[in-house]
Amino acid sequence: MEHKNWNGFKFGVWQNEINVRDFIQQNYEEYIGDDSFLCGATSRTKEVMEKVQALFREERKKGGVLDIDTETVTSLLNYAPAYVDKDKDIIVGLQTDAPLKRGVNPFGGIRMARQACAAYGYKLGDVIEKEFQYRTTHNDGVFRAYTDEMRLARKSHVITGLPDAYGRGRIIGDYRRVALYGVDRLIEEKKKDKRNLDKGDFTDEQIKLTEELHRQILYLGYLKEMAQMYGIDISEPAADTKQAVQWTYFAYLASIKEQNGAAMSLGRVSTFFDIYAQRDLESGKYTEEEIQEIFDDFVIKLRLARHLRTPEYNELFGGDPMWITEAVGGMGEDGRTLVTKSSFRILNTLYTLGPSPEPNLTVLWSTKLPNEFKKFCAKVSKDTDAIQYENDDVMRPYHGDDYAIACCVSAMTIGKQMQFFGARCNLAKLLLIAINGGYDTTSDIHIGPQMSVLKGKTLDFDTVMERYKIYISWLCHLYVNTMNVIHFMHDKYAYEKTQMALHDTMVERLMAFGIAGLSVVADSLSAIKFANVSPIRDDNDYITGFKTEGDFPKFGNDDDRVDLIAKDMTHLFITELRKTPAYRNAVHTLSVLTITSNVMYGKNTGATPDGRKEAEPFAPGANPMHNREENGALASLNSVAKLSYDDCRDGISNTFSITPEALGNTDEERINNLVTILDGYFAKKAHHINVNVLNRETLMKAYENPEEYPNLTIRVSGYAVNFSKLSREHQREVISRTFHEVI
Amino acid sequence: MKGLVHSIQSLGTVDGPGVRFVVFLSGCNLRCKCCHNPDTWDIKGGKEYTAEEIVDKAKRFKEYFGNEGGITLSGGEPLLQSDFAREIFTLCKKEGINTCLDTSGSIINDKTDALLNVTDRILLDVKYTNDEQYNENVGCSINTVLEFLKLADKKKIPVTLRQVIIPDVNNNEENILKLKKIKEEHKCVDKIELLPFKKICQIKYDNLKLEFPFGDKKEPTKEQMEKLKSLL
Repeated sequence: MEHKNWNGFKFGVWQNEINVRDFIQQNYEEYIGDDSFLCGATSRTKEVMEKVQALFREERKKGGVLDIDTETVTSLLNYAPAYVDKDKDIIVGLQTDAPLKRGVNPFGGIRMARQACAAYGYKLGDVIEKEFQYRTTHNDGVFRAYTDEMRLARKSHVITGLPDAYGRGRIIGDYRRVALYGVDRLIEEKKKDKRNLDKGDFTDEQIKLTEELHRQILYLGYLKEMAQMYGIDISEPAADTKQAVQWTYFAYLASIKEQNGAAMSLGRVSTFFDIYAQRDLESGKYTEEEIQEIFDDFVIKLRLARHLRTPEYNELFGGDPMWITEAVGGMGEDGRTLVTKSSFRILNTLYTLGPSPEPNLTVLWSTKLPNEFKKFCAKVSKDTDAIQYENDDVMRPYHGDDYAIACCVSAMTIGKQMQFFGARCNLAKLLLIAINGGYDTTSDIHIGPQMSVLKGKTLDFDTVMERYKIYISWLCHLYVNTMNVIHFMHDKYAYEKTQMALHDTMVERLMAFGIAGLSVVADSLSAIKFANVSPIRDDNDYITGFKTEGDFPKFGNDDDRVDLIAKDMTHLFITELRKTPAYRNAVHTLSVLTITSNVMYGKNTGATPDGRKEAEPFAPGANPMHNREENGALASLNSVAKLSYDDCRDGISNTFSITPEALGNTDEERINNLVTILDGYFAKKAHHINVNVLNRETLMKAYENPEEYPNLTIRVSGYAVNFSKLSREHQREVISRTFHEVI
Repeated sequence: MKGLVHSIQSLGTVDGPGVRFVVFLSGCNLRCKCCHNPDTWDIKGGKEYTAEEIVDKAKRFKEYFGNEGGITLSGGEPLLQSDFAREIFTLCKKEGINTCLDTSGSIINDKTDALLNVTDRILLDVKYTNDEQYNENVGCSINTVLEFLKLADKKKIPVTLRQVIIPDVNNNEENILKLKKIKEEHKCVDKIELLPFKKICQIKYDNLKLEFPFGDKKEPTKEQMEKLKSLL
């Protein structure tokens, strides 16, 4: 197959089948040079950005939400076209009919939509209320099938944050397909897939898939119509850089109009765009400055994306995030780097437009990345605190070289794998429940196998472990079953039509489980093993606290005695999860990631044997507990690096804060040292790191005078936030974390 | 062989080139009035380690060292435990780990000589550039330090000269020019680092119930530091 818009591109198999990876491999040009070619913001970009900053200010002034359209249910065709500046916009398209105005999406659950409106002083429109009286939402479906025990697990907070009342997200459409092939070709291919299914046995799965294909095709049509509303025809392949970016953005925009998933990630678009940029630069169609301007306008649009959330949701995922994660860099399977000039251009938006949490720029780090690119990334980290790093060398063997990151740390091959998101369970609470024989003292709920409370003056490690394993096994079974209910219902009542249309029809599914409180549990078990832990009992003999005497090794000091407890715990957990089959033959995966929910998890958990007090926050993700690191930053990194990616394929999040002074005396030293630290950490097969280069004093000042620091961006757990958008409680928690400094 | 270690910092970026594993040895023979680490003075303080234990720890960080980094022995004064230091460095050299000694250069004997044979770089703290201030504020003669420098020169070990800049004590042009002259007179010196005097250590003195002799001095301003650095 050929198309005039593909002139100058090398053919492979991609023109005959939907295969963006092959297109990239045949056509991209690796770039190993430095950042000196980059251009700054044009006057147009600056003018538009001023408008956008004014909108952000207005939004902050109104308590975080600028406006809500309470009368319209969000979807692809329900809003009139809107612009930031109709004359100046290069990339067009907004979620609703005005920038930052939020739409309502009741498909996940009408109650959530109603509460979200109310939280900001709005009332959900009567027409919507009425219509949804006669509709089953995802939330309705889930609660029809939930068992008593599933409800109790939720209520006691031993499993929390489940996507049973909001969109599950974490699905990345291959938005690039729209640019490369045009919508007509995609429809044609999906129709072909559907016809092929006709010949098979019509089992449950087959019928489900057939109906899904029907809906995918329908929504591809809507996508075309949506673009048409902006006067743009996307039925054919994109002809140049601007079109490639626009077509891709429309596909992404359609997805966020349709779905309010927790994380709506972008994928891996920069190197794909680079092929168009190279072609246009060579032909003289665009200059470097114009290419950067297109990237800038695209990123401005991404920074304007919003979903309407409830305050409870914000407690879990602070800072109003969308997780528009873009994976940058990495290495190809043939040994060439996937770094292109556009990898620099997308990072450069943090300079042209200023630091920002979104899009969530994620560098796929390999020790083999070109040195100049490594240095540029380190410079960006030092200057903006806005990017995160993930180990390409551990993910590539599982996902090939065309994977992206959903949310914070979840890798999936683009267009070929999708994920059933499953929040996380509270490992520390589970330990307390086990010790108390199936009773949660915090929520006053009896749950799990009912056994006696552990006896004795001190806790014995082997006895505790034996007991803990019983409860882990019980919880894993319950957890998988709960997830199966949720995702069965999500497929049924809130299926992602647009995004799944941008996947292969025969998709591989991952089911992502998570744990919170790993370092609390590791340190608690270490305390029980190496120190003297005496339980404190209440009148009913339940254990409500601990007296811990003597020293014990703590996670974060590169001490195998405790680090291996943490590692074994993740292995045990994933092994137990795999024992219960997952919905649609999904592959079980596990993450050690909390987002900002470590605060909430801690709040709902009693005192633990490691000395953590009742209600005190956990450390985020896989981080060691705050200020327990005694041997400095690298020892802390080594502890986390011991957790195995093979056991935690949904990611191991580590957030690292260091003062500029601790990285070296000069800018050059700081950049070079950060590069060698990252190389070292990832050579040890660690998975992820958020890097903040800043002083605690800066955060304290921002805490006292938030209005003076509206754009202060920091990395939290797998994403970045505007510090000022965090709740006071979350802000305090971030300030209390370990800052590695010069002693 | 065993030695006493005050503390270990797995990430050091200001004590020698690149990313370094820094071991602070216990005990100091001097009592500098500007001392930042009074908690390391006690010659019997700290935790006992064997040289193998230290090197085993350092090895765990090899991946982070890059082309420039390695181990730094600091203190206290590592020359007080030069046999221990020598054994650590000897083992490190076997492992291909770059060795760096952070010292005042105030003890010279056969053991010092042997230690320098396995030292890749010296960070030499030249506290002042005249004998009066050395006698008054350090408690030794500058001549020992200059002799140490000669030894390093003879052994062709690259040296970084370091000096803490204290307002009203040594933040003057004359002092910096003298420092520069010392550099010029010794081939082994390839770098001078001026460090601002800091008073964050006051808390350490308070905890030890000791008086901070220079507690009444000011910290130099950024401008003062830049001005002095521009003379180098």
